[in-house]
Amino acid sequence: MSGPSKFQPTHPALKWFEARLPIVSLMYDSFVAYPTPRNLNFLWTFGAILSFILVIQIVTGVILVMHYTPNVDLAFTSVEHLMRDVNYGWLMRYAHANGAAMFFFAVYIHMFRGMYYGSYKEPREVLWIIGVIIYLLMMATGFLGYVLPWGQMSYWAATVITNLFSAIPWVGEPIVTWLWGGYSVGNPTLTRFFSLHYLLPFVIVAFVVLHVWALHVVGQNNPAGVEPKSDQDTVPFTPYATMKDLFYFSAFMLLFFWFVFYLPNYLGHADNYIPANPSVTPAHIVPEWYYLPFYAILRAIPNKLAGVIALFASILILAFLPWLDTSKVRSGTYRPLFKIFFWIFVAVCILLGWLGAKPAEGGYVIAAQILTAWYFLHFILILPVIGLIEKPLPVPDSITEAATGGHKKKVGVAGAIVALAVLVGLAAGTGKAEAAGEQPKPPQLTWTFAGPFGTYDRAQLQRGFQVYREVCSACHGLSLLSFRNLAEPGGPGFTTEQAAAVAAEAKVKDGPNDQGEMFERPGRLADRFPSPYPNPQAAAVAFNGVAPPDLSVMAKARTYERGFPTFVFDMLTQYQEAGPDYIAAYLTGYEDPPADFKLPDGGNYNKFYPGHATAMPPALMDDLVTYTDGTPQTAQQYAKDVAAFLMWAAEPHLEARKRLGFQVMIFLLVLTGLLYFTKKKIWHEVEKPREIAHGQDPKATKI
Amino acid sequence: MTNPSLPSEPTRRDFLYIATGAVGAIGAGFTLVPLIAQMNPDASTIAAGAPIEVDLAPITEGQVIKVTWRGKPIFISHRTAEEVKQAQSVPMSQLKDPQTDQDRTKTGHEQWLVVIGICTHLGCIPIAKSGEYNGWFCPCHGSVYDDSGRIRQGPAPLNLAIPPYRFVSDSKIEIG
Ligand code: FES
Repeated sequence: MSGPSKFQPTHPALKWFEARLPIVSLMYDSFVAYPTPRNLNFLWTFGAILSFILVIQIVTGVILVMHYTPNVDLAFTSVEHLMRDVNYGWLMRYAHANGAAMFFFAVYIHMFRGMYYGSYKEPREVLWIIGVIIYLLMMATGFLGYVLPWGQMSYWAATVITNLFSAIPWVGEPIVTWLWGGYSVGNPTLTRFFSLHYLLPFVIVAFVVLHVWALHVVGQNNPAGVEPKSDQDTVPFTPYATMKDLFYFSAFMLLFFWFVFYLPNYLGHADNYIPANPSVTPAHIVPEWYYLPFYAILRAIPNKLAGVIALFASILILAFLPWLDTSKVRSGTYRPLFKIFFWIFVAVCILLGWLGAKPAEGGYVIAAQILTAWYFLHFILILPVIGLIEKPLPVPDSITEAATGGHKKKVGVAGAIVALAVLVGLAAGTGKAEAAGEQPKPPQLTWTFAGPFGTYDRAQLQRGFQVYREVCSACHGLSLLSFRNLAEPGGPGFTTEQAAAVAAEAKVKDGPNDQGEMFERPGRLADRFPSPYPNPQAAAVAFNGVAPPDLSVMAKARTYERGFPTFVFDMLTQYQEAGPDYIAAYLTGYEDPPADFKLPDGGNYNKFYPGHATAMPPALMDDLVTYTDGTPQTAQQYAKDVAAFLMWAAEPHLEARKRLGFQVMIFLLVLTGLLYFTKKKIWHEVEKPREIAHGQDPKATKI
Repeated sequence: MTNPSLPSEPTRRDFLYIATGAVGAIGAGFTLVPLIAQMNPDASTIAAGAPIEVDLAPITEGQVIKVTWRGKPIFISHRTAEEVKQAQSVPMSQLKDPQTDQDRTKTGHEQWLVVIGICTHLGCIPIAKSGEYNGWFCPCHGSVYDDSGRIRQGPAPLNLAIPPYRFVSDSKIEIG
């Protein structure tokens, strides 16, 4: 803010320093004395929440880089190394991956809040445009980061997104080749994406500084949309805004950690646990959820160039919002007509997001086209027109009047109506889709490791390992696991001697020795499980052209369509067992093909396999493996045991994760509660005089 | 909710603020644990640092070989009887870091000297069978060690360290 600083140092050392670099007074004026409107609701805390998440992303990101190797041959295994071997590596990676999702979730609330309350209007146009730039940078950063684990989704996301630029006439192809540094996505692409993914967050930090600077020049907007006129209208940033921000940030962390500790892979794609394979595209390519609306817009338009233009236009149009909205009234609270269209717009965005996740065919495409049209019409037609024809409600004279006037908020009601409309739309769409597909869903089994307190059943893991060793290992590797893992806490609970004995039975290639020759020796605890074939090509030759996949992360690399509304409830029930459910069902899902089904050569009919024709023949049958603990020797039981074992193989720190998660949750609940009461107490002093003056229940105006 | 926050009770309010601040500080403290712990050796590095076995049979008298354990060079010196005698007879008063040769070898295997080949000055690798004392000479800043690996001259403060090891048999040791 302009004018002399409110910070007047008395200590001579501080005075000396202030005269040379007035940074302390700058901080004081910006984050302590800075006046903020007294009527800000919780939606205004998302700016602070976003800043905190940015810090979390940078800290965890810098740590991930310490363990990550940007090389096409090593990227995937280095990420798995981080997840398995590095102290708290799983926590760092899950926090970073889910942190990105939370970042977007928070930024969408932040943006919709700005749209509803007209925060982009004069004099805040530049502030808004900087925000749009930050959002664009976030999208770029998120995409670049998604490529780094070098799974199937990483690789194909890189291919599809860079190919957007090939739509540019004349120079499209050279630009794409330049982006790749080759003739396809490869090692040069990965290394430059890595470099840029490290760079961009700091560019974001720079723009956040500009964003905050601009904000402090023009001041914060507020729910009433009128500028502060007297000291009565504002409160100092500290402690009022600080405490409120901290309270809501703490509450937000509860949501964040719910995902990190209990649903770490819920927001990701199972396919990204399959190492990148440039010769096979996954059946269903979808971006992360936060890009889905734009992806739907891209696919809605049947022309390549037009689709790409629409995609970019749908984001860039946000920058013109200050001039597209013609209304003189800032806050949506006093704009009855705008309010309706605002919520319709929110619903359109959510539905576009849902369509972006659906296959681009039939009714979905038509729906996406209608919604895309609406998306653009909202900006170029609806907003300019309603600003002219709408009769706004009387706007309060001052913030204090708005805050004490007891204005009833109907946001909740409107939100509920939108949510209902979206749900009905989704349910109708999904119902239709389900009737069309005949893919049966794997039965949901009971697993000891499910839920917030889940732990592995040691005996089951040992049996599962026995099944793997005696049956699966003939064709499938387990190359990301080491023998020592068998004796590590949270696993099958073998003793170190037992694990060493298992290792000694294996033949491990080592060398070169002093004579320069490779040699075989018995395995040691530190060795990885050797693969049954020297390379995937050799395995493919032995198996009719289809190499049996490595099983190390199989339980996280397989899933099945959960459908609506199940996938919503999965967030509450913490359902993360789609992988083992699918594996158990698949292993026992072999059947005779229906009469009209044409089975390709070398194919086997499996009820649960997508497309039904799987290369693997049935492997399990009753009494194939001899259990020593009296467990029934049925194929069903073998399948379940080996699926549990593979879940452990894919997620060896599951128990530690859930244990720590519980502690963190309890701690955060306590902290959030304390912050709530502290905030309440501090704000009480602001709200109390009003209570006396107007004789009102303060809760009537509190958000 | 009760309303314990009347202005007449400042102590209760202060308690709330202090409690909130303390819980927040504890949380920040615990957050540092994983952020710091991740830089410690990971499980695969620890596993790879398991003890190694070295066969002594091929090492002839007077020969020094170098093996690697936990990424560190280990010198194994098969000393001649003369060298052993010389090492054992050095008076303690001449040593910067006094230690007898018997303390640096295993009884019954005095001809074998096993030391970590890292100069105790600033970590360079000294050259075997060189220097004034027929031991090691560090080219970095000129530290000289004798044939028992003890510091005799130069800036290094300590003798070459002895790794943990034991004789599995007369001709085999396990380091680690
Ligand atoms: S490091 Fe050997 S003398 Fe300095």
